[in-house]
Amino acid sequence: MSNKEKSSKKSSSSEPRLESLEIGSALYTTRLTTKFKNRQIWKKPDEKRIVAVIPGNIQKIMAKEGDEVSAGTPLLILEAMKMRNEILSPVNGVVLKIHVSEGEMVSKSHLIIEMG
Amino acid sequence: MSTDKKVQELKKRREEVQQGGGEKAIQKQVAMGKLTARERIIKLLDEGSFNEYDMFVEHEARDFGMDRKKLHGDGVITGTGAIGGRPVCIYAQDFTVAGGSLGFMHARKITKIMDHSLKMRMPLIGINDSGGARIQEGVNSLAGYGEIFFRNTLASGVIPQISVILGPCAGGAVYSPALTDFVFVVDNISKMFITGPEVIKTVLGEDISMEELGGARVHSEITGNAHFFAESEDECFDQIKSLLSYLPWSNTDVPAMKEVLEPLEDYNISEIVPTDKRQPYDVRNVIRAVTDGSDFFEIQESWAANMVIGFGTMNGRTVGFVANQPLVLAGVLDVDSSCKAGRFIRYCDAFNIPIITLVDLPGYLPGVDQEHAGVIRHGAKVLYAYSEATVPKITVIIRKAYGGGYIAMNSRHLRADFVLAWPDAEVAVMGPEGAANIIFRKEIATAEDPDKMRAQKVQEYKEKFANPYVAAAKGYIDSVIEPWETRKSLLHALDVSGGKSVGMPLKKHGIPPF
Repeated sequence: MSNKEKSSKKSSSSEPRLESLEIGSALYTTRLTTKFKNRQIWKKPDEKRIVAVIPGNIQKIMAKEGDEVSAGTPLLILEAMKMRNEILSPVNGVVLKIHVSEGEMVSKSHLIIEMG
Repeated sequence: MSTDKKVQELKKRREEVQQGGGEKAIQKQVAMGKLTARERIIKLLDEGSFNEYDMFVEHEARDFGMDRKKLHGDGVITGTGAIGGRPVCIYAQDFTVAGGSLGFMHARKITKIMDHSLKMRMPLIGINDSGGARIQEGVNSLAGYGEIFFRNTLASGVIPQISVILGPCAGGAVYSPALTDFVFVVDNISKMFITGPEVIKTVLGEDISMEELGGARVHSEITGNAHFFAESEDECFDQIKSLLSYLPWSNTDVPAMKEVLEPLEDYNISEIVPTDKRQPYDVRNVIRAVTDGSDFFEIQESWAANMVIGFGTMNGRTVGFVANQPLVLAGVLDVDSSCKAGRFIRYCDAFNIPIITLVDLPGYLPGVDQEHAGVIRHGAKVLYAYSEATVPKITVIIRKAYGGGYIAMNSRHLRADFVLAWPDAEVAVMGPEGAANIIFRKEIATAEDPDKMRAQKVQEYKEKFANPYVAAAKGYIDSVIEPWETRKSLLHALDVSGGKSVGMPLKKHGIPPF
């Protein structure tokens, strides 16, 4: 079958190497896929580090470093998908550091503000 | 009687339409490395079999200067023809005519041929090469898409529907292929996405090329939207012909018989599988060791490769294979492999194709990403699809069948008709290593030499449970067979399932976890 020939031709050019994968306390020798290797490793979110949940433009910054704010206080406006999103402080605390300036484009997960 | 003059006029009109978008537009199409719509149809169909419909259809749009524009065939060629001597319906969007944009009459030509294929019970092949909706026609072009999607859904499970992406296919247009059975893509030519790179860049600031966003490789390896990847249009057409050779022409038809051959001697089934259950092998070689002429036509080769699906023939008849692939991710079930297997099982069931399942898996893939991606919901698709399928269902347990994976892979409990197992098979709630750690936790923890104790307990568990006889004693496995007996046993099982008839409770339809 042409299908078979094709697959053998393809695999010879870049034969993926065999690695180990642990399942149920046993180590299996196998190939790991790119998708598996690129998977997001979960980290406990740190609510004091405010990151952009969506890529967009920092339209206005209301907070100043050193401000004492309570949870729910608007800190800045992130414009994304034609929507003005108010970013609120998730905690009662102090604005330690503002990592962006007005007019800046930020990508997803970009660190915007650190709270203390 | 027609006068010569009228015949001349017909000839002239035909020639005009056959020029598509004209010389300049055709040159552009060629420069993009693409064949024209008409060339594609001629290459794919049996020689001289194409019979064109609706050649003289014209659009009725009047706004934005459209009343002065003549679009040959309204940008799509439709008709009937044959592949392998059997009739098919086909349409091909013509990118040289207004970018293959979909207007109301363009859509009506497509829906007319779709209605024909459903009424006459023959496969429908759609070749997509279009810039999208014809904006000048407004909501009428959206209506056109909707009418196509509705018919795709109506015909689903009745006739085979094949989508070939040979150019851009963007926005709403992608949903017709997504609703069909098989999607074919060609490297550097196919582009599929909902929102294109330009919009993504302006709105989200993400800079990505069309190829990286929705090229042929992306859909063959990452998204799973495509089923067959080819390097060229010619290779793609060969793949379509091969696929059709396995399929019935409708859900009440049977696939054409193929020549009965013995498997090739290159595939010695007794030597493919290593005894050490943690060592990999290519399960496709086991499939080739049992099929006629070692023939296996794989589907979605590069996506979720830890699960192998495809067609082969046994005694001349088409069979669907579903197999765990120990060579990739140890053959685990995960989100993608569950979606892949679940859909294929339903395909086989809809078209009366018996399913052979080869089992060798350590279980489900552990990980937060899997749990949060909904492996519960997606994994349930496999259970649902097997339970619901009423075609002959045969299972061969090759080495490991642990826990939920054992149940999911067409176990007796989901109404497998035959469950066969090799002597090396282990059917248990979990592998010996994990089980020993739990059952003998105390003994291992308090032992002077915990590793030695663990090894001893693993061995103990292996001897007690890691074999096919515990399940065979309960009738969950019908026969334990030597590897070389596999083809013989499968052929026998298929032979005696020809008259299978099972009832399902009367319902409008179930609620599968999709």
